[in-house]
Amino acid sequence: MNTQWITICKTQDLVKGSGVCALVNGRQVALFNLGLAQAKVVATSNWDPIGKANVMYRGIIGSESNTPYIASPLHKQRYSLLDGASLDGNSETLVMHQVKLEDQNVLVKLSH
Amino acid sequence: MSSLSQVKVVVVGNGMVGHQVVEQLRQKSDEVQITVIAAEARLAYDRVHLSEYFTGKTAEQLALTDEAQYQEMNVNFHLNTRVTNIERKEKFVETDSGQRFSYDKLILATGSYPFVPPITRHEQEHCLVYRTIEDLEAIQASADVSKVGVVVGGGLLGLEAANALKQTGLETHVVEFAPQLMGVQVDPTGGNVLKSKIEALGVTVHVQKATQVIKEGETSRYRMEFADGTFLETDMILFSAGIRPCDQIAKDNDLEVGPRGGIIINNHCQTNDDDIYAIGECALWNNFIFGLVAPGYTMARVVAGNICGHPQEQFTGADMSTKLKLMGVDVGSIGDAHAKTPGALTYTYENQPEGIYKKLVISEADNKLIGAVLVGDNSDYDTLLQYALNGIDLPEFPEQLILPTSRGDSPALGADALPNEASICSCHNVSKGDIIAAVDAGSCDLGAIKQCTKASTGCGGCSALLKNVFESELQKRGVVVSTDICEHFSYSRQDLFNIVKVGKIKTFHDLLAKHGQGLGCEICKPAVGSILASVWNDFVLQPDHVGLQDTNDTYLANMQKDGTYSVVPRVAGGEITPAKLIALGQVAQRYQLYSKITGGQRIDLFGARVEQLPLIWQELIKAGFETGHAYAKSLRTVKSCVGSTWCRFGVQDSVTQAIDIENRYKGLRSPHKLKMAVSGCTRECAEAQSKDVGIIATENGWNMYVCGNGGMKPRHADLFATDLDTETLIRYIDRFLMFYVRTADRLQRTSVWMENMEGGLEYLKQVIIDDSLGLADELEAQMQHVVETYQCEWNTAIQNPTSVKRFRQFVNSDEKDMNIVFVEERGQIRPARESEKVELSLNADEGFSSANSTDKAEAVV
Repeated sequence: MNTQWITICKTQDLVKGSGVCALVNGRQVALFNLGLAQAKVVATSNWDPIGKANVMYRGIIGSESNTPYIASPLHKQRYSLLDGASLDGNSETLVMHQVKLEDQNVLVKLSH
Repeated sequence: MSSLSQVKVVVVGNGMVGHQVVEQLRQKSDEVQITVIAAEARLAYDRVHLSEYFTGKTAEQLALTDEAQYQEMNVNFHLNTRVTNIERKEKFVETDSGQRFSYDKLILATGSYPFVPPITRHEQEHCLVYRTIEDLEAIQASADVSKVGVVVGGGLLGLEAANALKQTGLETHVVEFAPQLMGVQVDPTGGNVLKSKIEALGVTVHVQKATQVIKEGETSRYRMEFADGTFLETDMILFSAGIRPCDQIAKDNDLEVGPRGGIIINNHCQTNDDDIYAIGECALWNNFIFGLVAPGYTMARVVAGNICGHPQEQFTGADMSTKLKLMGVDVGSIGDAHAKTPGALTYTYENQPEGIYKKLVISEADNKLIGAVLVGDNSDYDTLLQYALNGIDLPEFPEQLILPTSRGDSPALGADALPNEASICSCHNVSKGDIIAAVDAGSCDLGAIKQCTKASTGCGGCSALLKNVFESELQKRGVVVSTDICEHFSYSRQDLFNIVKVGKIKTFHDLLAKHGQGLGCEICKPAVGSILASVWNDFVLQPDHVGLQDTNDTYLANMQKDGTYSVVPRVAGGEITPAKLIALGQVAQRYQLYSKITGGQRIDLFGARVEQLPLIWQELIKAGFETGHAYAKSLRTVKSCVGSTWCRFGVQDSVTQAIDIENRYKGLRSPHKLKMAVSGCTRECAEAQSKDVGIIATENGWNMYVCGNGGMKPRHADLFATDLDTETLIRYIDRFLMFYVRTADRLQRTSVWMENMEGGLEYLKQVIIDDSLGLADELEAQMQHVVETYQCEWNTAIQNPTSVKRFRQFVNSDEKDMNIVFVEERGQIRPARESEKVELSLNADEGFSSANSTDKAEAVV
């Protein structure tokens, strides 16, 4: 699988304090904008591994201690936005993708 | 206990105590065969609160059980049936209908009948007694054709009956033979204070009057002539001069009875026949008949225990202390109220202007409280009772216990000072030790304690004490009773509400910066979102608020298991025109939505993809619909029956009322969802008593019920106010809802909110009806603001391009989420099951299978 940076959308397509979803090479990627003043973006898989639906981007962003996380909109299971691990002790995880911002563009490099 | 499966128990009588023994038996054994034979036409009901029948409670609401529940408990029952004979040798009873029921254990819970003094011509029309629901019906019928009513008897029951007469609107008199009221429970001075308080309420009290004859009256129907030559004219007479045990069946069958009646029992509540028990008001223990319900319940527990293999349980007497409110006047009596114990000393406090009297009776020898009388103010009752019951040493100056606090600090008895055996709830026999055990077993909020111990779920008189004990136990365990909403704010929801309101804070970001830390979370964000909406009522999807919204609010629709949404337009009061019904159908057909009628009298359309929502709503709004807020913690629906417009039985126009109310409160964001209903008559077809606010039409206006709910833990709503006109009704609902919005915890329904409130329903009435906090104007004004700033969120959303942009699956593509797959069932769509998706994907085009399988593959990486 190719692992190059792919331009997905503009920064203004992101939603402050919330998520959007992009289709990248047939895969659904959730993009979360954690930044309040300026954009700070994290990308994960959009598949809710427990709820079994493509909905993660519609969850609520939160933090525990200093770990930012996303809570599933279906049943509120929380996944760290640092590494995709469950914060509730589940074995299911989210896949993290690399993301960067360049000239108002949002670029993603997919993980395997 | 397998040996119990053959045990046949017959219970005679189904009053409160008779019912209690059935419940206790069933609780202790699934197998005992229980047969109930009862003379009354209905199963057990609450006789303690009988007078509430005249303030709007129905027979159904007074009921302690119903036939379905008995069937479910596998209890055989025969109503309208009297036992005529007990064959003690062959162990069966015979009834007036000729049936025979054999028993291994027989329990007599036949209760008592009202004593009617031997007065000439007392047996005529409009001379009634006060004991059963049928009696109440007769009283009501008599009151309807009367102007003046007299109660004969100035004891506890007599005053209850007088209260009932007063409720029916009669000019009410009480006639008492003794020189004072409530001679059993209070001393002469207390009796005098009570008399003047009751007279101030408009009931005339005549003491030291022995009625000799009832004659035809001159100005009223009857004239009662007294022994001292005076007389009183009245249209009806209610006898409530004490009770006599129903012990005839015992006398007829050679069971021992006392010289003045009552079936003699031992500590196991056994009669002189070991297999026959007697409990409640028909039983005579230690030459004493207990006319209160709590000792009867204790006897019921003892008997059920004995039958189910716990012979060590015994009845060893009961405390007859009483706390009650008679016509709004507090009366309390503890232990030796008359200071009859040799060597007893008393302290008294009397405040004539305010009508307050308090007396302590102490034994000087060992410095203990042995009795007390309280009239006009019961606030010290709980503390005094604990001193008396637990033999706690009195403070250095015992009078401080009854002096007003402004004139010296009254040392409140801390929960810690109580021994573990201290009884907290006498209705359900819950001790401090039981509360501690519940805390140890993991109950960590007051609601859970109430649920698992039943404490404070009877008369509720112990709620403040229960709270003290509970909180002190938590503190002892090092549990800081934290009301912080989450780690980002060290405030309760109520604190946050006040901060937002007073600090004029308009965004979560601002609140977090000034009063919190971190990013927030799925707990505090929706809670603050709801508070901001309650206070300012700005559009919930404006950029500052969009990230706060919970799953459903954020897309203004209800997310289903597959990530699609359901759409519920408002159908106020459940009234919909054929044209709108057709329009709704057309939208559902065009977008192939699964359609289902909801419990709230509207229509739910399922299976909408996120990107379809704005299109669907554009059409719905064009057809005249607006958002139904099914997605929000806010007012859902106001259900209604068809009311007086069409129904033969309706007495008010419930549909118009429901529509008006729904339109007034629609969109109000609250700590949890709110449901309401309006019924057009007491038949209650709208099921208003299962709602947060229920309204039931009466001949004279509207009765208001509060804090009911359905769901997992259903709760009947409590009657809050009666016969309101529409304007007052709306004012009370305004205050009630806004007080709830301000003070409840997040996700706390009104029922739990009230149960956790110190003072409960009574306190709520004071705040809402009497305006005890002086908040009423503010609450109404705040509600008015919400009403005036209402907007249909969908109408706002579809006109705002930024909002519409949110409604898409992909920011960079118009493709659909291929994981959403429907199959057909009964002519409509439903989400495909996993196995069906696999099957379909084998035959489907590549687009579906690739998108789907890749994402799933990611999930297991």
